[in-house]
Amino acid sequence: MTLDVFAPWEDPTEKPLIQFKGVTKRYGSFTAIDNLTQDIYAREFFALLGPSGCGKTTMMRMLAGFETPTEGQILIAGQDMAAVPPNERAVNMMFQSYALFPHLSIWDNIAFGLRRMKMPKAQIEERVEDMLRLTRMTQFSRRKPHQVSGGQRQRVALARSLARAPKLLLLDEPLGALDKKLREETQFELMDIQEKTGTTFVIVTHDQEEAMTVASRVAVMDHGKIIQVSTPPKIYEEPNSVYVADFIGDVNIIEGAAHKTSDDGYDIKWAEGQEPIHAKTTAVLNEGQKAFVALRPEKISIAEEKPEGAVNAVKGKIIDIGYLGNISTYHVELPGGVMVKAQATNTRRLSRRNFSWEDEVWLSWTLTAASVLER
Amino acid sequence: MMRRLFLISVPYLWLLALFLIPFVIVLKIALSDTALSIPPYTPQIDISAGWEGLKGFFAALDMENFVWLTEDDLYWKAYVSSLKIATISTLLALLVGYPIAYGMAQAPQEWRATLMMLIILPFWTSFLIRVYAWMGILSQEGLLNQLLMGLGLISDPLIILNTNTAVYIGIVYTYLPFMILPIYSALEKLDASLLEAAEDLGCSRFKAFWLVTIPLSKGGIIAGSFLVFIPAIGEFVIPSLLGGSSTLMIGKVLWEEFFSNRDWPVAAAVAVVLLLILIIPIILFQRNEQKQREAE
Repeated sequence: MTLDVFAPWEDPTEKPLIQFKGVTKRYGSFTAIDNLTQDIYAREFFALLGPSGCGKTTMMRMLAGFETPTEGQILIAGQDMAAVPPNERAVNMMFQSYALFPHLSIWDNIAFGLRRMKMPKAQIEERVEDMLRLTRMTQFSRRKPHQVSGGQRQRVALARSLARAPKLLLLDEPLGALDKKLREETQFELMDIQEKTGTTFVIVTHDQEEAMTVASRVAVMDHGKIIQVSTPPKIYEEPNSVYVADFIGDVNIIEGAAHKTSDDGYDIKWAEGQEPIHAKTTAVLNEGQKAFVALRPEKISIAEEKPEGAVNAVKGKIIDIGYLGNISTYHVELPGGVMVKAQATNTRRLSRRNFSWEDEVWLSWTLTAASVLER
Repeated sequence: MMRRLFLISVPYLWLLALFLIPFVIVLKIALSDTALSIPPYTPQIDISAGWEGLKGFFAALDMENFVWLTEDDLYWKAYVSSLKIATISTLLALLVGYPIAYGMAQAPQEWRATLMMLIILPFWTSFLIRVYAWMGILSQEGLLNQLLMGLGLISDPLIILNTNTAVYIGIVYTYLPFMILPIYSALEKLDASLLEAAEDLGCSRFKAFWLVTIPLSKGGIIAGSFLVFIPAIGEFVIPSLLGGSSTLMIGKVLWEEFFSNRDWPVAAAVAVVLLLILIIPIILFQRNEQKQREAE
């Protein structure tokens, strides 16, 4: 059985729903968005990920119509949005603070947008009931927003923003106010609802786990620019820069000089008197060029003896152990003072653990485990 | 336990000494008859006469003055006129105060303290002096007429002083801060993202203001309106200084009964009825405050 993979960005005949064309946004001398060009396709769950102040919220607010670009064009379904005010866009937003109207009941909050559409009353009722069912809030419909819990408020906000059946739904840190467990549950709910309604979602978040879980594609942003756009596995396994590698998940970055080897890989000389790191990469580097090896902690094996036949193996001393229950992170000091994090699943109980502080261990990884990055 | 009892008793003692006892005295005077004596009413309590004296005292009290209030149309006309003037002044104060409060709440954070200061500043000058200043502004040779005539906008001076218009101006001017401050405090708390949400859901700016800003500042509007309406209804200084002979307000009637006619019992009866009229809006005001608190 072959699954149809959802990847409209790889299909050149597909028309994007949203097009950013050389968009720049300045506030005085501060550039929030810097000459940004990006396509987002219908039915995508597109995540804008980055630290605060990277411009992700500005991008979203420009889609909603609360900000206008200083330069460039934003097109939604082929139409230039410059002159279209927020209330005339087929775009709805779920606010970070939820922005539920405190003076209206949950029912009226959801009906608010529908009433503005001059929809017949019976149809409004039907639509509100549908939304309440979708978000499992039917029994709370008569309550005021302050009379329900944070997670329920979040669902009301979602229901309200979906009620008008927008072409595009914007979610501004939608799960930021929820605790971890509820957040994880809600992430799956969001994906479910996105699939059911077939709406295009653009989500802004600073939580990389959230972006990885929900999104079809993730855009990692920094200083008003998109650094990399890719699917979650690609962005994790094949980051294009140290910034992205470092932002998504945990990573060891080892700096060194690259030397081409015969098996179209590179040797990275990272410390005097140490075996260079062997890594295979598609990147083309000049002889002796500065390069960074990005190595995920879970891709490093940890052993007492030097493993036989390992492409990369270095000896080090355990300085610290971070115990997380299911896994442990070992902080290992390599010769020359480089610290490397290695992760191992705790298949045995704590009392029978193999390694302890100050133990000498061997770290090893395969030829393809690491990424070699130019910047 | 004793400590708590003591703490609770303080406000009650305060109310008893400064509200309830004076009210009982006023009520008693209202039930008395005028007399050419000092104080100018009978009966007086004669403690030396003992039980019989007390019985005689209560027997002499009657509702005559209250009946009189209904017989002479001066009084109910004065009450109605006071209600009318207070209502119109409240609406005018709301009309003027709401935009000011809105502007203050929209102003940059660093400006707000200064603006608030400017609203409160007039209170640092005596109320009487400010009302007298309005006489100087509004009179026929006053600053306003001089300005308008100097600009050539009018050829004959406007007659404002000693009319109801001057009373409205005076009341609105004096009580405007009481309207502005509660509305401002409601608007300041308003989350700006609510208006964005309203726009996002298809409202124009004006519609968003109407459907979100106004309902969410309702508490402030009600509180401000009562704070203007309640003192305005019994206002005496402003109508007597700025109003004319045709300006009929119950505060003025009360003053005339008391000082010109030296009819303390009727004046006291007027005061008691005024209090009863005021209790209704005060209770409504309290209920509004409580509702606000519960909503938070």
